Parts: sequence; structure tokens; C-alpha cells
Amino acid sequence: MNYSIAINQVSKSFGKKVVLNQIDLTIEEGQIYGFIGPSGAGKTTLVKMIVGMDTTDTGTIHVLNKKMPNLGLLQAIGYMAQSDALYSELTGMENLKFFASLYKLNKTEIKERISYAADLVHLTNELNKRVKAYSGGMKRRLSLAIALIQNPKILILDEPTVGIDPELRLSIWNELLRLKNEEGKTIIVTTHVMDEAERCDFVAMIRDGVILTRGTPKELKEQYQVDNFDEVFLKAGRNDS
Amino acid sequence: MRTVAVIKRICQEMLRDKRTLALLFVAPLIILTLMYFLFNGNTVDPKLGVVNIDNNLVKILEETKINVKHYDQAGRELIVEEELDGLLELKDEKLVLTLQNSDPSIAKALQMKVNQSVSFQAQSKVLNSNAAPLAIQKNDIDTQYVYGNSETSFFDVLSPVLVGFFVFFFVFLISGIGLLKERTTGTLERLMSTPIRRGEIVTAYLVGFGIFAVIQTVIVVLFSINVLDMVLVGSVWHVILINLLLALVALSLGTLLSTFAASEFQMVQFIPIAVIPQVFFAGIFPLEGMANWLQSIGKIMPIYYAADALKGVMYKGLGLKDISGDLFVLVVFATFFIILNIFALKKYRRL
Repeated sequence: MNYSIAINQVSKSFGKKVVLNQIDLTIEEGQIYGFIGPSGAGKTTLVKMIVGMDTTDTGTIHVLNKKMPNLGLLQAIGYMAQSDALYSELTGMENLKFFASLYKLNKTEIKERISYAADLVHLTNELNKRVKAYSGGMKRRLSLAIALIQNPKILILDEPTVGIDPELRLSIWNELLRLKNEEGKTIIVTTHVMDEAERCDFVAMIRDGVILTRGTPKELKEQYQVDNFDEVFLKAGRNDS
Repeated sequence: MRTVAVIKRICQEMLRDKRTLALLFVAPLIILTLMYFLFNGNTVDPKLGVVNIDNNLVKILEETKINVKHYDQAGRELIVEEELDGLLELKDEKLVLTLQNSDPSIAKALQMKVNQSVSFQAQSKVLNSNAAPLAIQKNDIDTQYVYGNSETSFFDVLSPVLVGFFVFFFVFLISGIGLLKERTTGTLERLMSTPIRRGEIVTAYLVGFGIFAVIQTVIVVLFSINVLDMVLVGSVWHVILINLLLALVALSLGTLLSTFAASEFQMVQFIPIAVIPQVFFAGIFPLEGMANWLQSIGKIMPIYYAADALKGVMYKGLGLKDISGDLFVLVVFATFFIILNIFALKKYRRL
């Protein structure tokens, strides 16, 4: 089996606080992998390490069989941060263009990717407005479009659907599934929303820096003998404490 | 390519922010103009009240541009009421000068003039002629100046320092806050998830804000020389070169210090620590009289070298060779700060 991402015995602490404790995880190519868990569980830290923006204290992370951090690999990773890191004085179009020009793309590719990404998040008609006039949901959508801009093999989305209405959320998820099925992309999603977790191929439940449980959503439901995911979340948490 | 993209973005953002542009380009001109008028105001002749002074001395006093007023009675109240700068009276055959002294510099000048007049009168009494001495006294010393001329005002000496200081201050503030905004909005972190190198970001910031610093420098220098009529003996190109190097130092120092600031407010807190002390060592106050340890502090301040070079070119007319030492130190400062900047970004990503 081809691993997109291999996390091996990774630990990280900030000061005395242990944020991640001996995480082992492998993610196969062409899967949607969900990290679920409460705020402060260490999801974002783990995700940042995979991108190479944070270093591990111990352990290694390999992405596409190369050890992170690796500058060259960043072309293959699309990252959407938890906070909308956008230039609010610039228009949506200028933001997209700017981020596109940081990757190895030629002019026609840039144009194609911008129109594709903007269309995907339904922002095509709003691209000439300045970002500071955008609503919260629009900013989130623009961030997602930027994560997709260089057509990366791996997409890492940190809470991508916060502040996005159900209809658009559905269309984004359909697109994520299409990207996985048709283009074979590997997608990592962190989320609080349990019905989103159910759409993932695999789910890892993270709490206090350790992976409590993992498996396909169906396996987890069977394991805890419940029929919805909220209860899995609650039960897994209780077993731990 | 990535560097160019960041530079382009910095320019786009700056051009959208009209107020910052105004601060950068207009504020230094306003302050310089104000300073110009402050220092170039005509000096008012001091007002001296006299009581019981003989007419001969009064004549001599009036010759030295003192506004003399006669009173019958002396007294401290009189000075305050009549807003006199001083009062001269003859008491028991002795001259007594009472100075208002609310402005020591006016008081000193008046005291000197009165002393001169009195000794002059004494001289002429010795010579025992009544009208002739006035003629003798005039122009018996031919004064010459190494730098400047008899018209030189304090502003002429101060202005090179001011030009350098304003370039430093505004570039420091705006570049520091520019990078800080990128930190606080999370875009810097976001940039670090793209294949851009740390060196490319620092380069882009230097060039992006550098473009605005160049424009500001040229505007400030040309305005000072052409509109405010500042003394410029040396070459205008040398002045611009010095200021550009100083702007580069300010730029790299500003972005570096913004690493240690968590908000715009904390960035402003660096002004009294990193900027104001530099003014003291810029040559507005004479350095020679300072204690040795104080002088060595001055030597770690970038403005000290820029001010020295600027004074050399603008006022003394020195050439490139004479100021090359100062320029070299500025380059060293800039290089040092730039390297530190690249290291400071390691906080975000190791590569």
C-alpha cells in the first residue's frame, strides 16, 4: 500500500504542556482522513507538523516518502489554516493571484486554477471585492480556494467548514469526495462536526495529545455500539477519563 | 519570482492605504517645514529698562540693538509688569543689572551686550574723546568662517540631522508595522506553508518597503534643499545615498523589532527605546563634552554615523571619500539586521 503520510512516534510539548504524545499514524493515498476531537486536543499542532510549519520534538513525519520539513514538498501540499490568513486590503482575485504566484505555475495554469477554485467555492462574482468587505463564510471559502490553487496532491484543511452554510458545506464536501475519487487526492480534515466525520474514510479521535481510537466511521460505531457519531465522540471521551 | 510576487503585493497593499502613504510622504515635510520656521524666526531685540544711566552709555547700548526704555524708578515688579528682559540702574555709583531670566539664552545674550557696552564706554572715557570711538570700534575684527557664513543659523547645522532622522523614523515605523500586520493576521504563517524561502520574504520586504523609502527619501531631500533652502555644499547624490543606506538600516531594524512585538501598540513602544535615544547622539547635542561611556553608546547608534556623514556633505561639503567610513558602518548595520531577520523567521519554519 502507498502511504501518503507516515507519522512515527511524534511528540511535542510547549513548555511543560505536552501537546502531542507519541502519535503513530499512517494515511494511505486517496483517502479522506478526519481528525476529530475537542479544541486544544492537538489537532492543529499535528496538522502544522505535517505541513512542516512546526517541528517535532521527537519522532518523524514522512510525506510522500520524504521527511518533513521539506521545502520542495510544499508544492504538493495545499493547506487551509484555521484562521483566515488573507490580505484584507486586496481583492479576492489579488489574493488568489498572489498565492498562485508563490507556486510553480505558468500564466495559463494560474488563470485556469483561479477560475476553477473560485467557481468551486462560488466566489467567481465576488472576486473583485476587497476581502475586508467579505463575510466570514466568504473568507473561509476564499481560504479553501487558495488551498486548492496549486492543484496539490495532498490537501490539509483545518476546520474548513466553520461559518459556512449547510448548502455550501454539502457542495464543498461533494467536491472533496470528487477530488478524492477522480483525482486520487489525499485529504486531511480536522473538524468538530460529526456528520462530516462520518463522510471520512478513516477517522482518528484525538484528545489531550493522544489518539484515543481510530478506524472507519462504521467500525467506530460498532465498537461503541451506538448509531450516531456524536455518541462515539462522547463515549470515547468517557472511557478515557 | 516569489520575491517579485511578494514585492508586488506589498506595493498593492501600500497603495490602498492612503493614510499610511500620507504619513510616509507628507508628514516629514510638514514637520521639517515647522522646524524651519521655528528655528529661522527673527530674533527680537531684547528690552532693557534703564534708570539713572548716562546718555552716552544709552547711546552705546542702542547701537548694539538693545531696545532701551527709560524709567524713573527701579524694581523687580517693574521688570515683570513691563515685560522687560533686564533692568540696568546706577546705584551708589555702581551699575546693577537685573535680568528677568525666564529664558536663559536671552538673558545671557543681554548680559553680554551690556558688559560689552559698559567696557566700551570705559575705553572711550580713557581715550577721552566724545564722538570718535564709535567709528573706531566698527569692523576692527574681520571674521572668517571655515564652514557656513555669518548668516548661518542653527537650523542649517541641524537640518542634515533632521532629514536623516525623519527618514529613519518613518521607515522604521511603517516597515515594522507592515511586517507585524502580516504576523498578527496569520498571513506570515500562511506564507510559510508555501514553498517560499525565509530569505525571499526578507528580501521582498526590504525591496517592497525599500521602494517607498527611496521615494520618501528623495522627496524629503529635494523638499529640504529646494523649498526650505537648506544649505547644501556637497553633492545631492551623496545626500540621497546616505539617506538610502539609513533607510535600509531603519527597514531591517523595524522588521527585526516587529518580531518581538505582539501588537501595533507594542511596536510603538519600541520608539522610546530604539528611536528617541538615537536623537541624542545624532549631533544635535555636542558629543565632545559627553562622558566617555556615553560617547561609546553613541557609537552603536546608526543615526550617529548617518548624521555625521550628512553634516559632512550638506554643511561642510565633504566628498564620498571623506564619508566612506560612515557609509561602511551603515552597511554593516544593515547587513547585521538583515541576517538577524532571516534567523528571526525561524520561529515560523526551520527551512
